[in-house]
Amino acid sequence: MNAPTSSLSATATVVLDPTAESAPATRPLRPRPASLDGLTIGLLDISKPRGDVFLDRLEARLRERGHMVARYAKPTFTKPAPVDLRQEIAMHCDLVIEALAD
Amino acid sequence: MSATDTAERSAPALPDGLVVVVKRDCPTCVAVAPVLAQLAETGGGPGVTVVSQDDPGFPGPDALDDTSLDISWQLGIETVPTLLRLDGGAETARVVGWHRDRWEELTGMRGLGPTLPDQRPGCGSRTLEPGLAEALDVRHRGGLMRSRRVTLSPLEDDFEAMWERGWTDGLPVVTPTESRVLAMLGGTARRPDEVVAVVPPNLVSVTVEKVAVNAVMAGCRPEYLPVVLAAIEAACTDEFNIHGVLATTYSVGPVVIVSGPVARAIGVNSGVNVLGQGYRANSTIGRALQLVVRNIGGGLPGGVDRATLGNPGKVGLCIAEDEEGSPWEPLSVWRGVPAGRSAVTVVAGGGVRTAADQLSRTAEDLTRNLARSLRGQDSLLIVSPDHGRLYREAGWSRARLADALAELVPTRPGLAGSNPVELLIMYAGGRAGLFSGVMEGWVGGATGSVPVTVEVRP
Repeated sequence: MNAPTSSLSATATVVLDPTAESAPATRPLRPRPASLDGLTIGLLDISKPRGDVFLDRLEARLRERGHMVARYAKPTFTKPAPVDLRQEIAMHCDLVIEALAD
Repeated sequence: MSATDTAERSAPALPDGLVVVVKRDCPTCVAVAPVLAQLAETGGGPGVTVVSQDDPGFPGPDALDDTSLDISWQLGIETVPTLLRLDGGAETARVVGWHRDRWEELTGMRGLGPTLPDQRPGCGSRTLEPGLAEALDVRHRGGLMRSRRVTLSPLEDDFEAMWERGWTDGLPVVTPTESRVLAMLGGTARRPDEVVAVVPPNLVSVTVEKVAVNAVMAGCRPEYLPVVLAAIEAACTDEFNIHGVLATTYSVGPVVIVSGPVARAIGVNSGVNVLGQGYRANSTIGRALQLVVRNIGGGLPGGVDRATLGNPGKVGLCIAEDEEGSPWEPLSVWRGVPAGRSAVTVVAGGGVRTAADQLSRTAEDLTRNLARSLRGQDSLLIVSPDHGRLYREAGWSRARLADALAELVPTRPGLAGSNPVELLIMYAGGRAGLFSGVMEGWVGGATGSVPVTVEVRP
């Protein structure tokens, strides 16, 4: 069917790839760092109950080893992280650990 | 008629004999239902297949269910009822709407619908309903398009998703759905898989289909596509050298000049604010070329595009010559294309400089003043109507003006090893204003970029 007129659609939009298709359609994950030395680690709480318990423990362990840690939380687990939050994490952190608990 | 229109509309597998396509929602179809019964009851007749678009029980239990509309689409039905005859799987006759005489002639039967009027027009086929028509096109002809399908997540804004994938120039693009690309392909008679050019810098073959995808994104209408295709052909020649135009640290980008009947037919502005905003063909055709260079050729700013400054026209710049008002033959004719044909000329051009002269009253004086605004490296002089009037009144040909300027403006040995840049002269702009326009070029000759003119093919 035709594309919906609103930019946010209720269903997925299928488009034709405008590129030479020399790269995968989905963006690959960044490679894992070989070491955490000198990197800032973001801990992102998605705001599910008790996620903070897990992240608190992770933070303590990482700090014991001398790593820099920054804490973040999504306003709600039901929606994607706001753009501002994503940009802040991207600016300040080299990698991010997202935690889910229940 | 486009290649995608004629392709793959093969007849459905129906028995030979009579076929009538109807829908219950059509009063004429309801009125001719007794006639269909007459046709069916006649023993030894040709046999009749009734195809129902909306209600499989109409007009009777023997109707063929075409609520999917696939049969109607394949038969190319535009109106119901439509009566046709199939012989050996091929259509040999067709009547649209109810006409007793013609129904009797086609069926070879007499006394059809005695209580009906002699004729009654039908109703629109469901295959043409907005939304359904596009969906049917995609279902039946979507396979003509070979591009990878990419599913954008429902949680993503389409614009954001396409920007994040690196598909855009920074401005929003139109989402290239299958339906829109199919419609775009309807703008050309060329087949979707035909190779248009090999696009630098990555030297990737680009097909008509891939151009169509990028033309949709740029905001083009289908009728612009032949011009976009010609612009890509022209830009991807050795002579124009889009690779060099892209890779240079200099500011230039491709400028598309449209000549001939197509310019007016599709509305390429040649008048007021010709280099500015506000005209869809102007704003989108050059942009489509630049999106192809980006998405197919891989020519990304900061990648192979190393421009120190660039210029705003690199988003996409397309203009037309005011051929009706011009004192000269069209630019395309000057460059060897037969009169009356449509063509595209690409030239490497940078920022625009205004050549103001509000005092000259003779062609000689004006030429001397224009020369003061010109540098040897300039590639395009746009003579405005107020200036062009002096040349018309003095009977100056374009060649005479070109010669006079060449004498007055020495080629500047600027960029290292630069060859002289050819100066194109065209006529365009608003009706008021004693200003012409100048665009700087880059490097001419075999190591630089020379203007290239390509005819527009349907």
